[in-house]
Amino acid sequence: MTHSRHEPKGPAAMKMHQLITADGDRVADELLDGFVSDLDDQSLRNLYEDMVVIRRIDFESTALQRQGQLALWPPLVGQEASQVGSARALEKEDFIFPTYRENGVVYCRGAEMSKAVGVWRGTSNTGWDPHEYNMATPQIIIGAQTLHATGYAMGLALEGKESLAIAYLGDGATSQGDVHEAMVFAASFQAPVIFFCQNNHWAISEPVGLQSHVPLAGRAPGYGIPSLQVDGNDVLAVLAATRWAAHRARTGGGPSFIEAVTYRMGPHTTADDPTRYRGVTELEEWGAKDPLARMRTFLINAGKLDDEAEAAISAKADEQAAALRLACINLPDPEAMSLFENVYVHEHSELELQREQYRAYLASFEPATASATQGVNANAQRSVS
Amino acid sequence: MSNLTLTQAINAGLRRALEDDPKVVLLGEDIGTLGGVFRVTDGLMKDFGSHRVIDTPLAESAIIGTAVGLAYRGFRPVCEIQFDGFIYPGFDQIVSQVAKLHARTQGMVRMPMTIRVPFGGGIGSPEHHSESPEAYFVHTSGLRVISPSNPQDAYTMLRQAIASDDPVLYFEPKRRYHVKGEVDLEGDLTAAPAMGSARIVEAGTDVTLVSYGPLVKTAVDAARAAAGEGISIEVIDLRSLSPVDYATVQESVQRTGRLVITHEAARTLGIGAELAASITERCFNYLESAPVRVTGFDIPYPPSKLEKHHLPDLDRILDGVDRALGRPNSHTGLEY
Repeated sequence: MTHSRHEPKGPAAMKMHQLITADGDRVADELLDGFVSDLDDQSLRNLYEDMVVIRRIDFESTALQRQGQLALWPPLVGQEASQVGSARALEKEDFIFPTYRENGVVYCRGAEMSKAVGVWRGTSNTGWDPHEYNMATPQIIIGAQTLHATGYAMGLALEGKESLAIAYLGDGATSQGDVHEAMVFAASFQAPVIFFCQNNHWAISEPVGLQSHVPLAGRAPGYGIPSLQVDGNDVLAVLAATRWAAHRARTGGGPSFIEAVTYRMGPHTTADDPTRYRGVTELEEWGAKDPLARMRTFLINAGKLDDEAEAAISAKADEQAAALRLACINLPDPEAMSLFENVYVHEHSELELQREQYRAYLASFEPATASATQGVNANAQRSVS
Repeated sequence: MSNLTLTQAINAGLRRALEDDPKVVLLGEDIGTLGGVFRVTDGLMKDFGSHRVIDTPLAESAIIGTAVGLAYRGFRPVCEIQFDGFIYPGFDQIVSQVAKLHARTQGMVRMPMTIRVPFGGGIGSPEHHSESPEAYFVHTSGLRVISPSNPQDAYTMLRQAIASDDPVLYFEPKRRYHVKGEVDLEGDLTAAPAMGSARIVEAGTDVTLVSYGPLVKTAVDAARAAAGEGISIEVIDLRSLSPVDYATVQESVQRTGRLVITHEAARTLGIGAELAASITERCFNYLESAPVRVTGFDIPYPPSKLEKHHLPDLDRILDGVDRALGRPNSHTGLEY
C-alpha cells in the first residue's frame, strides 16, 4: 500500500486567515481585523523588533552550539511570527505551557535567555521561576504539556478567574494521545485554554502529511473546540487570532485551537540534518514567505520604519546576542551535592542516606582538593596513577 | 472512635480533606454520582459539588496530566485510578512529569498530589483488575509510595498523603476494603506515626516477617499459626514502600537473625528483592540465613480460578519461614 506522505487527504483545505501577504501587503480579514485595530505605529514596530531580536538570538545560540558551548539547540528560524504574535496577545496573568522550541515566547515573556540556555548547556533542567513569569519550563515529552495547560485552565475556571492557559504544540504532537485527551478534557470542562499549534511541517523527519489526512485545525471541531487556521508567518494575523481565542477564553467561551501554518527553516535541532528528508525547492518556497521580510516591507511601505529605527532595532539585537553569549559561557557548573536537591519537598530517608554517604565520600579527598567536584577528578586521577 | 471498614475510612479521610482545604479536589472516572466502583467516594459529590469531586472522561493520562496543571495552579488534586491495571496509560505523566517537576524546576514548582490506586488480587476479577504495580513507582525518584493495611492507617495515611507537598502513590488493598477496625477520626495528624514509618504488628524473636497492604493480615495469621508450633515470628507492616523504614526492619532482623518478605507482586526486582539486598548490606553479620522472598510468580496475573496459586497464602508464607529457619519440615525441601 502506498500513500503520499505530504499531501493531506480528506476534507478540502480550510480558509487560512491572513492580514499581511508574503509581499508585505495589508489585506482585510473580516474576523481578525477588529482584533488588531488598536495597534499604533510603535506597537507594529515592536512586533517587528521582537522578531529581529529573536532571530538574532537564535543565530547566536546555534553558533554557541557549533562552538561547543551548548550541547544542543532547537532553532526556531522561520517561526518568529508565530511565537511573537501569540505571546504578545497574552496578559501577564495568563499561564504558558511551552515546548522546548518556544525561545521566542521566552524572550517575549521577559525571562532571561541566559537562564534558558542552561538547559542546553547542561547546567540545569530549567531556566526560570515558572510562577514569576507565568510560564512553565520547556517540555521535552511531546504533547504532555497540553494536559497541564488544560488542568491549569480547569483550575482557573474553578476559581472564577478571567485568565487563561495556553499550550504550545507542534504538528507532530497532534499524533500523541495526550493531545487527544487534553482536547477531550478541555471540551468536557469548557476550560479556558488555547491550543496553539505551530505547524512547521516537519516532526523531525516526518512530514505533516503523515500526521494527519485533514488540516490540523480541522480536527478540533470534532471535539467541539472552535478552531482557526492562520498564516503563521504573518505576525499581525497570529496576534489577532490569538486575541480571538483569548477573548473566547476570558468570556466563558471555553477552549480554542489555532493552527499557525509556518515552516521550520532550519533543522529540528542542531543534531539533525534536514537535507536528508526535504528538498531545496520546498525551502526556497518558504523562504519567499519569510515572516521578518514581509513585516519589514509592510512597515517601510506604510512609512512606519525608517533607517534610524531599523538601525536601533539591529543594535538591540546585537546587544541581546552579545549578552546571551557572555552569560552562557559564564554559567557556572552546578555544585556536586546539588544532585540531591529538590527531589522531594519533605525529607526522604533513603535519599538522605545516599546524600550523606556521597558527601562523606567526597569529603574523604579533602583537604587535598578544594571542592567536591575536584574531589571526583582527584579520585579518577588516583585510580590511573 | 468509629468502627469503619477500610473503604469507609478512606471516604472519611477524603471528606475531611475536602472540608479542611478548599484547594483539595478529587478527579476520577465514576467517582461522582456513582461514588466510585468500590463506593470509596460515596456521597462526596453530593456534599461538596461537582466542582470539587470531578467525574472525568475515561482517560488516565488526562486525569494525571490535568492534575499536574491543577497543582501548578495551587490545587491539591487527589486522583482515583479505577483499577491497578489501568494506571499504565497514565504512567508517563506520573514518572516523567509528576515525579520530576519539583526537581526540574529547581524546587520552584510543587506537585502536592495523591494518586489513589486500588490494587492487588483476591477478589475474583478479570484481567487488568488485580495487578500489583507498586515497584514501578518505587523505582522512580520524586514519588512517595505507601499502602495501608487497616482502616486506621487508611484514614491517617491518606490525610498525610494529601497534606504532603510531595506526590504520593496511595495503594489501597482492595481485598481488604471490607475489613473493619476502630478509627480515631479526630486524632492529631502530627502525633500519628510518620507516613514513612513501618509498624511492628506482632512481636517475635525467631524470624522477621515483612509485608504490606493486602498481605499483612495473612502474615499475622501465619505468625499466629506458627506460634502453635513454637515459632516466634515478628511481623512488620512496612506501610511505606518509598521510602522504606529500614531502621525498624534492621533493628528487628538484628534481633531475630532471619528475614522473610512477602508480597503479591512478582518476585523479580520487586519490593522483596530491594528489601533483601538492603537488609543484607546492613545486617550481613547478623543474618543466620539468606533472606527469603514469598511472592507472586513472574507471570501475567492469572485467571481468577488460579489466583489462589499465585497469591502467597498462609501455607506458602510458613513454608518460607521454614526455609529461613532451615527446618526439615518444609514441604518443598528446596533451599530457596
